[in-house]
Amino acid sequence: MEFSELIRTGQAQAELLRGPEAPPLRGTLCVTGHHLLLSPGPQATPDLWLLLLRSVDSIEKRVAGDCGTITLRCKDLRVLQLDIEGVEATLNIARSIEGLRLGDAWHFHPPERYYKRVAREVLLRSSQPLIGPQKRRCAEDEALLRAVLAGSRPGARGFIVDTRSAQTAKQARMTGGGTEAKAAYPGWKRLHRPLERGRPLQESFVHLVEACGDLEQSMDHWLSRLAGCRWLAHVKEALSTACLAAQGMEREGACILVHGAEGTDSTLVVTSLAQLILDPSSRTMAGFQELVEREWIQAGHPFQLRCAHSAFSHARPKHEAPTFLLFLDCVWQLGRQFPLSLEFGEGMLLALFDHAYASPFGTFLCNSEQERCLCEVRTRTHSLWSGLNQLKEQRKLRNPLYVPNPLALWPSVEPQSLRLWQGLFLRWTRPPEPSEAAWEKVWQIVTDQEKTEGSQPTVSASELQL
Amino acid sequence: MEHIRTTKVEQVKLLDRFSSSNKALTGTLYLTATHLLFIDFHQKETWILHHHIASVEKLALTTSGCPLVIQCKNFRTVHFIVPRERDCHDIYNSLLQLSKQAKYEDLYAFSYNPKQNDSERLRGWQLIDLAEEYQRMGVPNSNWQLSDANRDYKICETYPKELYVPRIASKPIIVGSSKFRSKGRFPVLSYYHQSKEAAICRCSQPLSGFSARCLEDEHLLQAISKANPANHYMYVVDTRPRHRMQSWWATQKDIGRIIVRISSRIWNDEKIRESDEKKRLNAMANRAAGKGYENEDNYSNIRFQFVGIENIHVMRSSLQRLLEVSGTRGLSVGDLYSGLQSSGWLRHVQAVLGAAVVLAKAVTTESASVLVHCSDGWDRTSQVCSLGSLLLDPYYRTVRGFMVLIEKDWISFGHKFSERCGHLDGDPKEVSPVFTQFLECVWHLTEQFPQAFEFNEAFLLQIHEHIHSCQFGNFIGNCQKEREELKLKEKTYSLWPFLLEDRVKYLNPLYQPQAQEFAVLEPNTVSFNFKFWRNMYHQFDRTLHPRQSVFNIIANMNEQNKQLENDIKDLESQIKQCKNKQADGVLTKELLNSVRPESPTLKTSLCFKEQTLLPGNDALRTIDSSNPADNRYSEYAEEFSKPDPAVVSLEYGVARMTC
Repeated sequence: MEFSELIRTGQAQAELLRGPEAPPLRGTLCVTGHHLLLSPGPQATPDLWLLLLRSVDSIEKRVAGDCGTITLRCKDLRVLQLDIEGVEATLNIARSIEGLRLGDAWHFHPPERYYKRVAREVLLRSSQPLIGPQKRRCAEDEALLRAVLAGSRPGARGFIVDTRSAQTAKQARMTGGGTEAKAAYPGWKRLHRPLERGRPLQESFVHLVEACGDLEQSMDHWLSRLAGCRWLAHVKEALSTACLAAQGMEREGACILVHGAEGTDSTLVVTSLAQLILDPSSRTMAGFQELVEREWIQAGHPFQLRCAHSAFSHARPKHEAPTFLLFLDCVWQLGRQFPLSLEFGEGMLLALFDHAYASPFGTFLCNSEQERCLCEVRTRTHSLWSGLNQLKEQRKLRNPLYVPNPLALWPSVEPQSLRLWQGLFLRWTRPPEPSEAAWEKVWQIVTDQEKTEGSQPTVSASELQL
Repeated sequence: MEHIRTTKVEQVKLLDRFSSSNKALTGTLYLTATHLLFIDFHQKETWILHHHIASVEKLALTTSGCPLVIQCKNFRTVHFIVPRERDCHDIYNSLLQLSKQAKYEDLYAFSYNPKQNDSERLRGWQLIDLAEEYQRMGVPNSNWQLSDANRDYKICETYPKELYVPRIASKPIIVGSSKFRSKGRFPVLSYYHQSKEAAICRCSQPLSGFSARCLEDEHLLQAISKANPANHYMYVVDTRPRHRMQSWWATQKDIGRIIVRISSRIWNDEKIRESDEKKRLNAMANRAAGKGYENEDNYSNIRFQFVGIENIHVMRSSLQRLLEVSGTRGLSVGDLYSGLQSSGWLRHVQAVLGAAVVLAKAVTTESASVLVHCSDGWDRTSQVCSLGSLLLDPYYRTVRGFMVLIEKDWISFGHKFSERCGHLDGDPKEVSPVFTQFLECVWHLTEQFPQAFEFNEAFLLQIHEHIHSCQFGNFIGNCQKEREELKLKEKTYSLWPFLLEDRVKYLNPLYQPQAQEFAVLEPNTVSFNFKFWRNMYHQFDRTLHPRQSVFNIIANMNEQNKQLENDIKDLESQIKQCKNKQADGVLTKELLNSVRPESPTLKTSLCFKEQTLLPGNDALRTIDSSNPADNRYSEYAEEFSKPDPAVVSLEYGVARMTC
């Protein structure tokens, strides 16, 4: 196996520092093919500390005297420090982690180009039309969009929401892309709502995480970094575009086609959020999992490329972009404004974030369905959903206050209504105890309610006995 | 009323503050002696108390009418369009007159009548008793006693009559010290920590000239220090930023650190040995300070600390700037955060809370007594002392305890409510949101410790409403002496019994009174723990609020649980009784009947979903969904711009006065 080649020193004595809030851990460190283990030894707690190697974003090593220090920055934004005895052991372990964290090299195909694919009855998504500099037309495509309008109620209008600016869409013609010509698509109107993507979005994410890691900074510095990273501005834009699409459907009865360039990034943010806004069934535990499976995984969001690194990597980003995180943040904002209407809680969103970046499950592997078939992901790995749907996970993932809400959820997108998602971005930097205890209390109140209600029949039963 | 010319104007439009498409509600505007009332065509009422009006502005005439913009002290902004200019002018003039009263006697509290008789009124005023509160803290005791020095407000007009001072401080010492302190506000007890035997004391700045000394003042400080047997030194916390007092000093010493410790002579010998050069420099600097802070050479066993809180003028313009930014139409995320930064508001809130943390730490970890002062000792000192006590003592985090805290550190010690809130037509430079800032600090604590407070956000908002409303007598006047002269207890009502009556509305369902970890709060004042308080500064801009409230739901469930548990207990005890009787062989038909009638009442109490929600504050009201037209993304879509027949279904914030 190639693993054994990468592991020269399998074991060493080490101390693990997990940030200001958790106590340090001493014990034997082991490197395996997929994990880093720390066993605290027989007299201490029997719990093993376990880290998936794929979740390491960047690694730094330092040696001093006969000790070494490895700093691991993880994709879920944790920062860990390992103090290891022995210089050689340190270097070997660092090398192993470096080599193994990339895991099996999957074959990367360029993302498939769909040419207009219908997803829902009136909400459609696609990639850009391949107009090109010669302003080509495609009779089939025009017929398809005509058919969409004809299939809807008579007199229905259609809107094409392009997630690029008019300028960018025009420029895309030079590379063979473009956007629908007005004359060729009667009944359809084009709207441009530019959403950030790619490198700028990744940089925004990196800057925000940097700002969140600095505990000593002054208020002025913090606020200017928060404004400067523009992350919340991206959240606002994504949410308002989704609301626009949803509003067009619900209030205008129009058909909406969403696309950007490839139809695998910002397009998905918009379509999946619009469904969450309009469709009560997508707000349940099962419905949301289905939404992610359908609108992200099967729709071909290239998770492998986008989530290769999170915010700590020193490497120049190539294809990385936190598009999926942007979606999760928008869902979190929705949940904050409608705290009773989503069946899943913050824990679910955090779990999805963690697993999208590094996961022992196969759900987020590869970049498209085609790749997943080639790699036989379905037969060779386990599904995240079966992991999440286990009973013991429920208390973490569910929203105890959920009450089905048949109405559409129209969030406020004013900057005063949007908040930094502290549960994610400050997860490892600030003590979570008081709010977690409060959450526990909410659970307790809700379960008390069920208990007291449940005990009623026994009372009446004994009443009947009398 | 001589100021009111027009009492009713029809066809007035109320514009949505954050909508750019000029969406408006049409209705009728009424002007009464105390309120401005707008009733729209849905019969929704918007009440605006004249005393809440901070500014009225008449804008240039437009084609649809004459715009009238009213900004309120509770951060409501309304924008009316009155069809005829003359009506608008009349209302404008009336409001100008009515919102600024010249005499206390014209304030609402003197005419407000909640239909209570005199004894009920008196009982209301006696509800919060400060003597009782000092007893709860454990004074008087062997080290602290009640002083009658200020019995007739002779030595300090702005202090209350009852003051607690160290037992060893004689009257001449107190009188001497009061002459040395600005406005006669000598050091007195604000909070006594019973188990640590440490005290939080407050005063105003000393009037030390270049070389002036006051032996009595030095004695009084020694007495405070000695009244704490647990520790041989005490802290003097000056809440002012050092640079404001002597800018040249900055060149001499590193003021980059928030807290500058100057060690006293004696302490020097024990711990830090500074070089002679540095010592000489310190001494020079202090002399030059003149009127300012205590010359530490003259006060032994004392450690001086500076915590930089800016003055009332800086705070006023800071909040003004913040409101300007947050009130902008079409605000971008970047603009909001750079506005938050440039206003400095959150930085100031952080500084105030930071000072309270310093105070609480000195008491808990060092068992040291602390003396707090600013310039006059009624603004920053009140903030820091009351927040410090709030961190130390869980009692102040209850509904009743919070009332006591406000009565003690704010009302009785002479925070100038009437001047700071602009109750009367007076000097606008005296107006400052010091108390609002205090409430915001408390809110930040409730956000960090969701289980440590018995009250919720609605309680803070309601108190804020009433410091400006002048509906109750508590906040009228600037000090106790003035309040006595106004005979407020005979002529007006106290706010607290009315708040207690509505107690259920203000309870935090997550409150854990017994939790040990919340005995002393240790808030983290790292920058990202401070957030813009939307529910305060946009409390009437309902479109910006979350659409569902967790609080109401949990509060309801809690109530239900309690009720059900009681029902279960009742039934169980009945079953026990029945069983006992059954064992005695006396089970009769009557008994069966006596059990049965219980079940219908049980059933009704179980139908919790049909019960109406608890009456929440307006700001926390629950709505299950909202209209996309209320949000700005709808305006992005001018392409959708069919004329919109649907009406805005959201009620505008109708926060009626509790009367």
